[in-house]
Amino acid sequence: MTTLTTTTLTTAMLELSPSPGSWMTVCEESRLTPGRGVAALLPDGRQAAVFRDRSGRTYAIDNRDPFTGAQVLSRGLVGSADGRPFVASPLLKQRFDLETGRCLDDDEVAVAVYPIRAV
Amino acid sequence: MTTPTIVLVGHGMVGQRFLEALADRGVTERARIVVLCEEPRPAYDRVQLTSYFSGKTPDDLSMVEAGFLEKHGIELHLGDPAESVDRAARTVTSRSGRVFAYDSLVLATGSYPFVPPVPGKDARGCFVYRTIEDLLAIEEYAKTATTGAVVGGGLLGLEAAGALKGLGLDTHVVEFAPRLMPVQVDEGGGAALLRTIERMGLSVHTGTGTQEVVTADGAVTGMKLSDGSELATDMVVFSAGVRPRDQLARDCGLDVGERGGIAVDEQCRTSDPAVFAIGECALAVDGRVYGLVAPGYEMAQTVAATLAGEAGEGSGFTGADMSTKLKLLGVDVASFGDAHGTAEGCLDVVYSDSRSGVYKKLVISGDGVLLGGVLVGDAEQYGLLRPLTGSVPPVSAEQLVLPAGAGAPVALGPSALPDDAVICSCHNVTKHAIGQCESLAEVKKCTKAGTGCGSCVKVIEKLLPAAKDKGLCGCFSYNRSELYEIARTLRVTSFAALLDSHGRDAAKGGEGCEVCKPTVGSILASLNNGYILDGEQASLQDTNDHFLANMQRNGSYSVVPRIPGGEITPEKLIVIGEVARDFGLYTKITGGQRIDLFGARVDQLPSIWTRLVDAGFESGHAYGKSLRTVKSCVGQTWCRYGVQDSVRMAIQLELRYRGLRAPHKLKSAVSGCARECAEAQSKDFGIIATANGWNLYVGGNGGATPRHADLLAQDLSDAELVRLIDRFLMFYIRTADRLERTSTWLERLEGGLDHLKDVVVHDSLGLCDELEALMAAHVEDYQDEWAQTLDDPDRLRRFVSFVNAPDAPDPSVRFTPERDQIKPDLTFLTLGPTNATLEGASSR
Ligand code: SRM
Ligand SMILES: Cc1cc2nc3c(=O)[nH]c(=O)nc-3n(C[C@H](O)[C@H](O)[C@H](O)COP(=O)(O)OP(=O)(O)OC[C@H]3O[C@@H](n4cnc5c(N)ncnc54)[C@H](O)[C@@H]3O)c2cc1C
Ligand code: SF4
Ligand code: FES
Repeated sequence: MTTLTTTTLTTAMLELSPSPGSWMTVCEESRLTPGRGVAALLPDGRQAAVFRDRSGRTYAIDNRDPFTGAQVLSRGLVGSADGRPFVASPLLKQRFDLETGRCLDDDEVAVAVYPIRAV
Repeated sequence: MTTPTIVLVGHGMVGQRFLEALADRGVTERARIVVLCEEPRPAYDRVQLTSYFSGKTPDDLSMVEAGFLEKHGIELHLGDPAESVDRAARTVTSRSGRVFAYDSLVLATGSYPFVPPVPGKDARGCFVYRTIEDLLAIEEYAKTATTGAVVGGGLLGLEAAGALKGLGLDTHVVEFAPRLMPVQVDEGGGAALLRTIERMGLSVHTGTGTQEVVTADGAVTGMKLSDGSELATDMVVFSAGVRPRDQLARDCGLDVGERGGIAVDEQCRTSDPAVFAIGECALAVDGRVYGLVAPGYEMAQTVAATLAGEAGEGSGFTGADMSTKLKLLGVDVASFGDAHGTAEGCLDVVYSDSRSGVYKKLVISGDGVLLGGVLVGDAEQYGLLRPLTGSVPPVSAEQLVLPAGAGAPVALGPSALPDDAVICSCHNVTKHAIGQCESLAEVKKCTKAGTGCGSCVKVIEKLLPAAKDKGLCGCFSYNRSELYEIARTLRVTSFAALLDSHGRDAAKGGEGCEVCKPTVGSILASLNNGYILDGEQASLQDTNDHFLANMQRNGSYSVVPRIPGGEITPEKLIVIGEVARDFGLYTKITGGQRIDLFGARVDQLPSIWTRLVDAGFESGHAYGKSLRTVKSCVGQTWCRYGVQDSVRMAIQLELRYRGLRAPHKLKSAVSGCARECAEAQSKDFGIIATANGWNLYVGGNGGATPRHADLLAQDLSDAELVRLIDRFLMFYIRTADRLERTSTWLERLEGGLDHLKDVVVHDSLGLCDELEALMAAHVEDYQDEWAQTLDDPDRLRRFVSFVNAPDAPDPSVRFTPERDQIKPDLTFLTLGPTNATLEGASSR
């Protein structure tokens, strides 16, 4: 049983949808350390930040930190507030909700969210 | 019914505040609002104008939140000033010829700088200091100038002088009055200020006027002073006071004061009930024109309330307090209440230390009521003293002016203040109002307190309930030192275990947050001394620790190899040069006696470090809350005064404590004699050689709140020194709060230095064996993080820009040339190609 679960985990691939209807492969799910992110290059030059939390759920948002313009959100720390997962930008620490892309520290700011799935 | 129109003339600080006040009261929904703005940009923070020279852009200074005008349907006409008012027809005509009918007209035209009518005042090279455009012009002209003179030694003159000095000019200040800042400070304060300012290299000429600006070919070459002397200078900045801009009002027949200013009543109504005047252009009922922003804000509120139809009894503007606190050229200056002691029968208490440039005076009435005061050089207590004005202070006046450490400690905290004490004078916010909020962010949002000059923020922080809940963050109700004890005694080795067992209920099972993760990561690292980037630890570290490098503003990283004691061989210097050249890195000598290489992409870090490690370098931990540098002077080996080998000791200490994880960074220095060239007394632990050994100082700090270190022990042998530092550092690591430097920790420590001595010198708690053992374990287990990382393919896998394209460099990390090296291309980031796509895709 255990062996089976492990095998499934290591071979599951993460796929992200850069635009409605199309899917692209990001990496093996096991590449993601829970609580940390990685960046993925999208076909049109945009970048996505992909995260996994403690419970194994994955999220993808735009990698660009709207406050500085730098492509760094994938390198922020994942946390949770009121049960909702967020990432804190590594530059000036503003937090973004991983499910909606909304900035928790500034109502006017949000980043794009990309659908993501394990196959 | 037609919508009424409100026309505002002048979009300065007070004008903007007025618009916000209208919006708050919903008036913007009921009325059409038209704003005529003379300047080419919307309202900006004039108070912070000088910060343009320290890197703030005009956009940073803007006071208008993005979308504010659109959201409230306010029409703003930039660069189109009002030229005339026809009160009978109730219209305003702008320079471009547009005519606006009004129901209510609000004048907020501010002031203009007064330029004394001396010959030559209009020559090329003469400037005033009021707008962003003035600063741009000064900056441009200063490029070809070497000397500058400021006419006027008041608040603004000194600010302008500081700016000229900052632009690299030889700077003179000419003040007519016998002392600097004659309005705000008294003679003693002026003298203290003068000494400090002269020490900074500015030349001050008090008691002398400007007679003429000397010119050649239409450009400034010098100034003739009233004492007969002549001063050679390439530029002149006039800062001899301001005058209210009341011309528009004069021209349409409104009443103005004898010495200028649009006369208004308590509701800020002019002699025409449909016209109001607010801010620096208004002459208030008490016969004064206020040159400060806070009274202007109050006037703005008053008029907004009137226009909203809510003005009732006592809501008018009758006068304001002229208290100010400034940081002039880095010197704190504050004056409040009856600073000059004009009240009948008042007495004063003065503390003056001309060596350190500190002067403090409190004015006290016969029955002990605090009436006002002047603080120069140390205005730390302004935030507490100003609100206490008008009451009898809870401790004696002597105690209030004596410096901390001299005499009995002052047990006066903000909790001693009455509820109606005004904490933020820029926005007139009371202690009571602040008490309604939970966090600083909320205070700023709801009351605006702290968003003006910022001098009240320290006091606000002490009043917030967050200060009462000593918990680390939203996830833990324990503070850092308690978590340290929990992790140590219960042998907790994982963040998840600690969160699930000791976190706040709502946070259990969650992810933690950006505050507790690195803090707990650091605690676990100092307890377990392992490689910090494996397993769960990897998810706890800030990006800097995660990539063993410091992230810079464009997402690139800096590389800082350790150079113990600042000593380096030519061979190693060459390797650093070669690495920088080959990878195209920007190179700078740091303030910590080592070399920083900037502009590395994350995927370049391993190749850069391979070269450095091969040449014998190791991580300098510039990214970690850990030991930075142990600076040294050349010491006895070379220096004729040296009495010990300070370089040897610095290297020994740097190698001993390298990699030690702490609540905050740790810095040290070793000087070879009491001349102190290594600045050891500004370090967390500093060592100064004596003829008999070493003196150990602890708790020093540079940074924003500098503190001189305290002497912990004298004439120590090498072994005694090391043992004492071991104990000191481990005791700090164990008991300090998150991001608490040794300086703040020591100030907070109950019993202070005496208690610290008891614990680490006399072992009063019987802890010393354990502290030494912990340090011994650290020294034994130390390994270079970069060498360890390079050895392990698994650990190296994270150093890619893209997980799906490991070989692709990140195209958003770009550079442009500057002074023969590179700098981040920030224009590219703000205009980045992803921008448009992002806007479209965002869920806004
Ligand atoms: C590179 C350097 C400036 C330079 O060009 O010389 C520098 C650069 C930074 N300093 Fe510093 N400090 C540098 C010497 C200093 C010094 C001078 C010294 O060490 O002798 C001070 C005052 C002394 C002190 O710390 O007490 C100093 C006081 C600060 C502070 C304020 C600390 C405080 O307690 O108030 C911060 C902010 C903080 O750490 O929270 C800071 C933070 C920073 C950070 C880490 C800001 C950040 O988070 O990105 C900068 C990152 C550099 C990088 O990315 O590589 N830096 N910084 C210096 C590196 C020295 C080194 O070799 O390690
Ligand atoms: C360098 C500097 C430092 C300062 N530091 C402090 C400080 O530390 N603390 C403090 O309290 N105060 C300080 N002040 C003073 C503070 O900036 C003023 O009190 C404040 O700006 C007054 O606001 P206001 O709106 O009345 O005038 P302003 O901010 O001057 O705004 C008036 C605006 O009206 C415009 N205007 C004038 N006539 C017309 C017209 N006919 N049509 C259209 N527009 C017109 C002007 O161009 C200007 O933009 C400082 C000022 C300077 C220059
Ligand atoms: S501190 Fe003393 S020994 Fe060191 S360089 Fe300065 S004068 Fe020489
Ligand atoms: S006193 Fe200036 S912001 Fe509060």
